Amino acid sequence: MSGNPIKAIIERLKEFRRPGYYKNYDHKWTMVIDLDRCNGCEACVTACYAENNLPVVGKEDCGNSRVMNWIRVERYVAGEYPDVKVKFIPILCQQCSKAPCELGCPVYATYHNQDGLNVQVYNRCVGTFTCATYCPYDVRRFNWFTYKWDAPLEQQLNPDVTVREMGVMEKCTFCIQRIRAGKDKAKDEGRAVKDGDITPACAQSCPAGAFTFGDLNDPESRVSMLAKSRRRFRLFEELNTEPSVIYLKKVFADGGGNPPVGGHTLAGGHPPVKEGHGG
Amino acid sequence: MPAVILQLRKVTVDKRTYSEVNKDILRLMTKTGPGYYAALGIVASLAGILFFLPWAYQIYRGQGVTGLNVPVLWGVYLVNFVFWVGIAHAGTLISAMLFITKTPWRRAIARGAETMTLFALILVALYIFIHMGRPWNAYWTMPYPNQRELWLNFMSPIMFDVFAIGTYTTSSAVFLYFGMIPDLASLQHQTTGWRKKLYSTLSLGWRGTDAQWTVHGRATMFFSSFIMPLVVSVHSIVSWDFALSLVPGYSQTVFAPYFVTGALLSGLAGVMLMFTIMRWAYPFLTKYVTDYHYDRVGALILALSLVWSYFTCMEVFTGLYANTSLELEHLKFKILTLPYFKLYFLMIFCNSILPLSLIFKKLRVSRPFMLFLCIFVLIGMWLERYLIVPNALSRKFLPFMWHDYTPSWVEVSITLGALMFFVSLFMVSIKLFPVISLFEVKEDIGIPMKHEHRKDGA
Repeated sequence: MSGNPIKAIIERLKEFRRPGYYKNYDHKWTMVIDLDRCNGCEACVTACYAENNLPVVGKEDCGNSRVMNWIRVERYVAGEYPDVKVKFIPILCQQCSKAPCELGCPVYATYHNQDGLNVQVYNRCVGTFTCATYCPYDVRRFNWFTYKWDAPLEQQLNPDVTVREMGVMEKCTFCIQRIRAGKDKAKDEGRAVKDGDITPACAQSCPAGAFTFGDLNDPESRVSMLAKSRRRFRLFEELNTEPSVIYLKKVFADGGGNPPVGGHTLAGGHPPVKEGHGG
Repeated sequence: MPAVILQLRKVTVDKRTYSEVNKDILRLMTKTGPGYYAALGIVASLAGILFFLPWAYQIYRGQGVTGLNVPVLWGVYLVNFVFWVGIAHAGTLISAMLFITKTPWRRAIARGAETMTLFALILVALYIFIHMGRPWNAYWTMPYPNQRELWLNFMSPIMFDVFAIGTYTTSSAVFLYFGMIPDLASLQHQTTGWRKKLYSTLSLGWRGTDAQWTVHGRATMFFSSFIMPLVVSVHSIVSWDFALSLVPGYSQTVFAPYFVTGALLSGLAGVMLMFTIMRWAYPFLTKYVTDYHYDRVGALILALSLVWSYFTCMEVFTGLYANTSLELEHLKFKILTLPYFKLYFLMIFCNSILPLSLIFKKLRVSRPFMLFLCIFVLIGMWLERYLIVPNALSRKFLPFMWHDYTPSWVEVSITLGALMFFVSLFMVSIKLFPVISLFEVKEDIGIPMKHEHRKDGA
């Protein structure tokens, strides 16, 4: 190797220090979830269990809030019986661009990868719980025990996904195995990844079509179109975590079902997103 | 001579001679009765049963044996971690800070406090391992060159912790050992057998020449100046574990000074509790740890308690002033919800109201009262951490995920067992090393001369 190797390493590291450097990534995977379409059927949850080898923990641990679901459909009930309205919101890892969990991990078990994803390296995790403590969305799940699958069920495990061992943190990866497969296939065919090549399990299974997955760096993609919607909002925008999950919901000024006053909605308060937002 | 010093001499020195000091400390170290062995046996076996066995069980089964759940991932282990870091602070405060300010009453209690610091830090390190999901990979938190080019995240507050605790443990161990060298040299002449060998090896050929004393004095000053900032920085860093997150109830700028004050408060209470028990077990220690010490430390506890109360008010005020639903929900849960309501006001009673009684000198020098007070302050400080660490996580951002936390038997058992482990380590150490600094107590006595030649007439 010619030149000073240490200098070369420092130069390489400096590249990662530039703020907003992920804008130059090949992809910025984004999920758009249309809450006006979600009916709370939890097909996405089931699909996620099947795709990502999530263990079923049983009644007792469910009661202890140790469910291993990477995506959950939160239910909020508004109003008094009988005039009640149930609102659903599917919550999965928001793949924050400025993720609090990445700050917390002492060993870089969770970091930002080249696709703008917030990934978790199971092998590197030592289990300090810091990431899950810092996570404002409570989407990280911990392997409390060594989970086992009963006799025929282990035949059903997805071979593309690791079975995590006891003591490591895990979370939604936007089905990174499918992203890898999609990119590999596109590479084999000698083309760039097209919009719609990759569909995570939850998006694939949603009967109402509430989930849309795509690349926000591609201005022509469906998610880029949807991200310009006036209905868009991101969860806890005020925390400045820059989530990659965009929700669509018509929210009226009074929070109820009344028609908007002067066409103004709460969600419309946020300006429409530009490409490569949040840098 | 200033009146304080005169008063001090009257209270602490009380016509002792060098040989009497030597004899007393040797008696403490070598004369071991059946009561000591019985106590040590009970405490050590309790440590084994309550601490090591449940820990092994937890490593075997997984963290699931604790009461932790998804929003509340930091429980009693982190509470104990912060609590023991707090206990560890008194040693450095007394030995380094008070050394630099030339506070005379530190001399008799400094060594004991330093020993406590070291053992508390051992527990702190253990709690880091206990709390980990995969403790067998704990060495991954150390920066070491490896083939896979893996490095550490130096932005992580947990990483700061590893280095802060590492620095603190190393420097307090060095400081403790360094301060002990003249004592070990003196003890090697008064002991026989394995003790003599041990002390003469450890004393590194100390002869007590003027040059050596000069170097020793300078080095102590250097170490004290080096360690003193650690008193502030270590616990500030521990508080950043919480303050650098976004969680309501954690994300508070007041945390660093708040934690440092609390640490010093609990540390001083710990030191006085330890000396009170030791004075009860070895009545001749009353000559060394006198009412004057109780008076001064009591005043310091009172001052720290007032500062702590101020920060507690500020913590609540910051939440109210922010006036967001998140902060208000957290405060409501922490202060107004049962059973935390009771715990919160017990904490206020222990740390703010009870120490106010120390305004009266009679209570400061009353040993039973100080014993009672120190235990209550320690309980209060433990509760403070308990009310911060798991409670804030119980009421995080999304109400759907709100979940309460109750420690499991494993956590309770490890908490008690670790205390027993600490006590047994301390009990072994007082038999091996002088728990009262010989040469510093002798400094108090002054140069031996005939009584009528003493200028101060003491």
